[in-house]
This record gives sequence, structure tokens and C-alpha cells, in this order.
Amino acid sequence: MITREDVEHISWLACVKVEDTEKDELVDQFNSILDYFQQLDELDVEGVEPTYRVIDLINIFRDDSNLKSLAQEDALANAPKRENGFFKSPRIV
Amino acid sequence: MLSTLKEQIALGSAEEYLSSLFEKIDKSRLNAFTTLDKERALSKAREFDKKPWHGRLAGVPVAIKECISTEGIQTTCSSRILKGYVPPYDACVVERLKADGAIVMGKTNMDEFAMGTSTENSAWGPTRNPWDLDAVPGGSSGGSAAAVAGGEAPCALGSDTGGSVRCPASFCGIVGLKPTYGLISRFGLIAYANSLEQIGPLTTTVEDTAILMEIIAGHDWRDSTSTPQENVSYLPDLKNGVKGLKVGVPKEYFGEGVDEDVKKAVWDAISVLEDLGVTRTEVSLPHTKYALPAYYIIAMSEASSNLARFDGLRYGLRIGEDKDWHTTFSEIRAAGFGPEVKRRILLGTYALSAGYYGRYYLKALKVRTLIKNDFLAALRGVDFLVGPTMPQPAFKIGEKVNDPLTMYMADVFTVPINLAGVPAISVPCGFAGKLPIGLQIMGRHFDEGTVLRAAQAFEEATPYHKKTPEVA
Repeated sequence: MITREDVEHISWLACVKVEDTEKDELVDQFNSILDYFQQLDELDVEGVEPTYRVIDLINIFRDDSNLKSLAQEDALANAPKRENGFFKSPRIV
Repeated sequence: MLSTLKEQIALGSAEEYLSSLFEKIDKSRLNAFTTLDKERALSKAREFDKKPWHGRLAGVPVAIKECISTEGIQTTCSSRILKGYVPPYDACVVERLKADGAIVMGKTNMDEFAMGTSTENSAWGPTRNPWDLDAVPGGSSGGSAAAVAGGEAPCALGSDTGGSVRCPASFCGIVGLKPTYGLISRFGLIAYANSLEQIGPLTTTVEDTAILMEIIAGHDWRDSTSTPQENVSYLPDLKNGVKGLKVGVPKEYFGEGVDEDVKKAVWDAISVLEDLGVTRTEVSLPHTKYALPAYYIIAMSEASSNLARFDGLRYGLRIGEDKDWHTTFSEIRAAGFGPEVKRRILLGTYALSAGYYGRYYLKALKVRTLIKNDFLAALRGVDFLVGPTMPQPAFKIGEKVNDPLTMYMADVFTVPINLAGVPAISVPCGFAGKLPIGLQIMGRHFDEGTVLRAAQAFEEATPYHKKTPEVA
């Protein structure tokens, strides 16, 4: 069972603020969805390998050479805040 | 038909044709498009009229789903968090369409970040179904499907993570293909769940889908999951017919919850194939009912990681004064994402969090193996499988949008294909009242050739693709 506290913890982990008014509805929705997911418990998957990717390609490399890349102006063009050719982030400390 | 259209444009005028589409879109109530690139597209068309170039789509306009990057055209994934984002480069598929002469006309509406089955979860408002304006067009590539079905674009690209090309193709009565995983480069496709998704065409005929596939398929080093295939070719064998082929009918695809009209239309379609010389056998995909929970766990988990990049730093929404790092990003993301996207990020975060990884994510990946093995086993004895694309025809706008679990259930026959990575096409196979029904044809990995051939033979033998909606 998911509780309001769980929703608050997940919201912190996911970096998505959840308003107090949204929490009860999310608790209900999460519990009904997770309840539905539980039906996987009917299956015995002992010894079954997980499938991360359907088509197996291993170690895809390219030559270590310079290729055309975006100009600094183009890379920054969509940034809402920038300074001296950098992206500007909120303070970290 | 694209080949005829191309000739007409070459003989007539690309500008006139494109202008007529833009006029139609301006008057339309479908809300299929989010951004039209009128000025650049029309100038390109005038350039073509003056000095025509070569290419399989020379002068032909194409519509591109809102999550596929287009240089210089706003690309938002129908999310508030990306409003105003203009990609500095084209997706690989867009490069290839342009290189073959196509003109990008604009971007089409979708469920936010491709999370949905109805194109209602969009910051641009819902798209309507051209066959019934009160019905959804399906999703998440609903804008692409509605545009093509409504005659607002001759062809379009969508993306399919759990049915997002096939569902709207089915609901809008057109053709939509989800290619084998790895066949089409995902470079420039804004990721939702990258182990599941592929870009695919939406068109009015099977031949048009084959043409688009030949153009967009093939290896691209910029996508590390792109398989080393060059020059795929479908057109030469497309009209070879299906005589002597074997079709498998999965018994799990006709169970409870499948609409009677849908069942009947699909069985009628199977009879058509038998009349064309196909031998039918019943097959079983025993883990079908577990595909939905496995799919949603995997898709949500991948989404929670993929969508971590949207923080308002390098692009997208940045609101208010900066506070500390965590608070700033949490508030931006809360304001920028819609309810369904938030739900999936939160649930995916939970499924990957300490203590739950084995119970949800790892378990879902193991179930994925069982589902993939179901398909491999069933396709060992037959050439292709058929069943319904969707359990029901299009539902009403607003009918399911507040009940996420009921909405997820609609994907029951489309998500197994993405888990297995096999190709599947939806083609029109009848009507329930005025709403179209889709037949799903599924094949072996990289055997798009057989899937397209079967679809082509069915199309030639039936009239459904010729009907066009009156309301559009």
C-alpha cells in the first residue's frame, strides 16, 4: 500500500513537486495501478533471463575522431538563462 | 497515393497543392497540427516549382509528429515544459525525407511525451477524430493520423512505444506501421521509453507506407541501437500476393472485452485472407494478459529516467526566481508536466527505487522475455499473425481521460508487439457504425516484407481504405 508519505518521498526522488491537494488522488491512483501490476506475481519467473533490449547489439563503437558539432550559439539558443557562453543554473551551495 | 501525387505535383504546382492543404487546415476543427511551417514550406515549394529536384518524394509535403526533432520548427512533445523549444538539428528520419525531396509542412499533435491512447493529454488541446468529431483519434500519434485521414497531409510520421502509431491508424481508418526495433534510427526522437519505441509511417495506403519505410529505414551510427542494415527494399515484392502463406490467429486476441463489431470485422478479414490462398491455424500467445502490466512498468521506469533531463536549464520552461537547486527544478517540473506524465514519472521512480527494483522492474523484464518467446514460438510455424489492433473502435473525448487504468487497458493488443520488438501494421478492415476498425498484422523480426505483402493483398481485396470521412 502506498501512503501519503510514500508519495512525498517519491516526489522528492523524482524532483517533481506534488501539492498537498493532489496527494490523496495520487495515493488512490497509485494503489489501483500497483494493485493491477501485482498480477505479475502469478507468474513463476525463476530462472528466466530479463530482456533489456530485444535486438542484441554489443559494443557499438565509432572512430575516435572529431566530428561536426553544434556551434556554441546554437547549443545555447534554447537556454532560458545563460551567462558568458554558459548555461546558468540555480545555486548549488 | 504518393506516387500519383508526386506526378501531379510535378505536372502542376507544389505551391498550389501545399497552399490548398494549409487553407484546409486553417478551417479545420480537427486540431491535428501544433505548428505549421508555412513560410519556409511555401518558399521551398516555390523553389521546387521553379527548378524541380529529384527524389522519391520530390515536392511532396509531409507532417511530422511533435516529438521528432525538426531543425527550425518548434518541437514540444505537446508539453508545456518544452513550449518554445526549437531544435537546432533534424532527426535522422527527417534528414532522410528531405534528402528524398519531401517538404516538411508542420508538426502534429500528440499525447504529452507520447504517453496516452487518445491525444487528449496535450498542452495544445485534444485532437478530434475526422470520422466523428466527438471521438478521440487514438494516440499518441493522433495528430498525424487525423491529419492523414482528414486529407490535411498526404502522409505523416509518428512514433510507437506501445501502440502509438497503430492505435490512431486503427481509430482513423488508415495504415500505420510499427517497424522492428532497431530498423529505424531514433536519433532526434525525443525519448519516452527507448527500449520500446520506433518511428513509423502513417499513410492512406500500404504502398505509401512501403515507400516511406524504404526512405527512413537503415543504419545510422548516431543511434547505438540501430541495426546494421542498408537499403531495405519492400516495393519489388509488395504485390506478389499471399498465396501459400500461413497465418496464425492468436486465440487470446478475441477474448473478453473485445467489441463484437471488432471481432466480426477481424474474422471477416481472416476469411478474405483465406480466399486469397492463405492457410489459417490457431496459435497461442499465452502470456498476453501479462503484457500490459509488464509494459507499463518498463515504460514508466524508462520514462522516469529519460524525462529527468527536463529541468529548464538547457531548454524549456524556467519559472520564477531561482531558489536552491532541488526546489527550483521540482517546481519547474511540477508546472511543466501534465498529470499523466507526472503520474508515469512518479510511478516509474517508485518502481526503480531501493527495495522495489526486483519486485517491479526486473520482474517486468523477465516477463518481457516470456512474451518475446511467445511470439518467436508462434511465428515459428506461420508466416504472420493477425488480430484486432484495438479491442474497441474510437471512444468519446472525455470518456476515459480521468481513469488512467481504463485508458491503459485499451493498449492490450498493441503493447505485446513493442515488448517483443516485432513489426506490426494496422490496416482498415471495416466499420462499427461510422467508426473505422483496424486489422493488426504482425510478423517476424525484420520481416516487414511479409507484413507489408499481406497488408497489400488484403487492401487490394477490400474497399475500406477507399472510404474517406465526410466531417473533416
